[in-house]
Amino acid sequence: MEMLKTDGITMQFGGLTAVKDFNLVLNKGEIVALIGPNGAGKTTAFNMITGVYIPTKGKIYYKGKDITQMAPHNITKLGIARTFQNIRLFKDLSVLDNVLIANHLHIKSNLFEALLRLPKYKNEDKKMLKKSLDLLEIVGLLDVKNEKSSSLPYGMQRRLEIARALATNPEVLLLDEPAAGMNPKETEDLTKFIKQIRDDFDLTIFMIEHHMQVVMGISERIYVFDYGITIAHGNPNEIQNNQRVIEAYLGVDDNA
Amino acid sequence: MKKRDYYLTVISLILLVIFLYFADRYMDAYIVRILNLCAIYTVLGLSMNLINGFTGLFSLGHAGFMAIGAYTTAILTLSVNAKAQNFFLEPIAAPLANVVLPFFPSLLLAGILAALAGFLIGAPALRLKGDYLAIATLGFAEIIRVIFTNTQNITNGALGLKGIPAYTNLWWSYGIAAFTVLFMVLLINSSYGRAFKAIREDEIAAESMGINLFKHKVMSFTIGAFFAGIGGGLLGNLLGTIDPAMFKFTLTFNILLIIVLGGMGSITGTVISAFVVTISQEALRFLDQPMDLGFIVIPGVAGMRMVVFSILLMLVVLFYRHGLMGTNEFSWDRLINILSFKKPLLKGGKK
Repeated sequence: MEMLKTDGITMQFGGLTAVKDFNLVLNKGEIVALIGPNGAGKTTAFNMITGVYIPTKGKIYYKGKDITQMAPHNITKLGIARTFQNIRLFKDLSVLDNVLIANHLHIKSNLFEALLRLPKYKNEDKKMLKKSLDLLEIVGLLDVKNEKSSSLPYGMQRRLEIARALATNPEVLLLDEPAAGMNPKETEDLTKFIKQIRDDFDLTIFMIEHHMQVVMGISERIYVFDYGITIAHGNPNEIQNNQRVIEAYLGVDDNA
Repeated sequence: MKKRDYYLTVISLILLVIFLYFADRYMDAYIVRILNLCAIYTVLGLSMNLINGFTGLFSLGHAGFMAIGAYTTAILTLSVNAKAQNFFLEPIAAPLANVVLPFFPSLLLAGILAALAGFLIGAPALRLKGDYLAIATLGFAEIIRVIFTNTQNITNGALGLKGIPAYTNLWWSYGIAAFTVLFMVLLINSSYGRAFKAIREDEIAAESMGINLFKHKVMSFTIGAFFAGIGGGLLGNLLGTIDPAMFKFTLTFNILLIIVLGGMGSITGTVISAFVVTISQEALRFLDQPMDLGFIVIPGVAGMRMVVFSILLMLVVLFYRHGLMGTNEFSWDRLINILSFKKPLLKGGKK
């Protein structure tokens, strides 16, 4: 089943074309990676899918529904969650609060029911708390639930961001460089972790990553960007042997 | 809540009520008035802290909301005769001349009208961020003031309103202050309050966690305006006289001073700071008098005491940005620790 599909999305900033005619297809349960040199437009593609930017051209479909013009919070509500390349936690708030906040979008009680702590709200609040604690346990952050989120070590902050994204009940999860700045051991753990949450939460995962170990290890298909153009698409094996990908990463020897 | 904390809370509330009872009966009018002002500034500080401190919206429109509240209650509580006396330049608009309401519905209406104004200004202005929002809201407050100066047959223009019945007493002001504190605590600790804090921390992240930024910003702004209106109403009926010049930017500045000193994002901080600032504004009145320092005589300059607050504000912003409480709140544990000179519990320590 096609979860997410983009139809030739293009993003222009003035005279600069950051992404050109990107055609993405995500099938249910897949782990797909997007790679490319720095400044290739990968995060821009993410921002278009999540509604931060509205594409200059092209359409985005989520389960067949056109979401091109939708606001970011509505897209999240439909079931697309994301993490950020430069971690964006709610720094001054506790680890638990960070995850609780991500439950807020599905709240059914209105402001007055919440203020008066009516049974409907109390019930919802209890469920939110339980779900958040469960998620924190899964990502192994239950022990630090009352710490300020900015006080956590880097690897834990990354995992907290994923837990927070999971709290929105997503079906498609976009990870922007989840392994950035991690050591080999942490990277290996993360690779397992991504696979595990895909299975446990029935997710479709689309990620940007530079760590080839992670990319080649878990992704079923790979898209390669260079200067906003999709220069290759295929399974890890095909990508590793693709001449254009090698050129984009290593450069072309003009003297040859 | 622990049983001990529950008893301590009940006991201190009873002590407060007893204190208010004696203050109301036996203390002189000057002190009672300062105590009233403390409570009113608590309400105003909390309402501004909700917008600026908890939701992170830099709004400077508070004087405008207060003006709406003060004028609404004043016009609604003034007796028919007092209205006739006040409006001697131009008679008051027909339907208002004979409307006289009791204090509570007038206050409620003051809050509702201020909230409505908050909603109407918030809907377009909250699309702006940071300094731009501050400028827009500041402009709004000025517009309200200018409108009130020029609507002679509704607000009596620059002449202001005199002889407003002094309904505000300790019971009203402290009752409403207590209600506001309770309301804010319940709001901030609810899911909606968490959403407000998320917007303050990181708008982009909050939005991608599915929080409707616009809706929650307008919500916070409207609630803040509601309490600002009620605070304004209490103030008008305490002072007995209001005129548009009262609601200049300096009034907003006073409240901003309270929340910055107390800590942006702390209910406790705002309450403490409201009392400290209000009381010291009176205590520092000697600075406005001529002073003889022995070798030099400083002539009396009205407003000299405000310099102290300006310097204090500068020092806090430069060296102690979190204010008195930061984003921390009061708890009995903390107080008992401070009183017994014990070091605070280490993180993760057993209680």
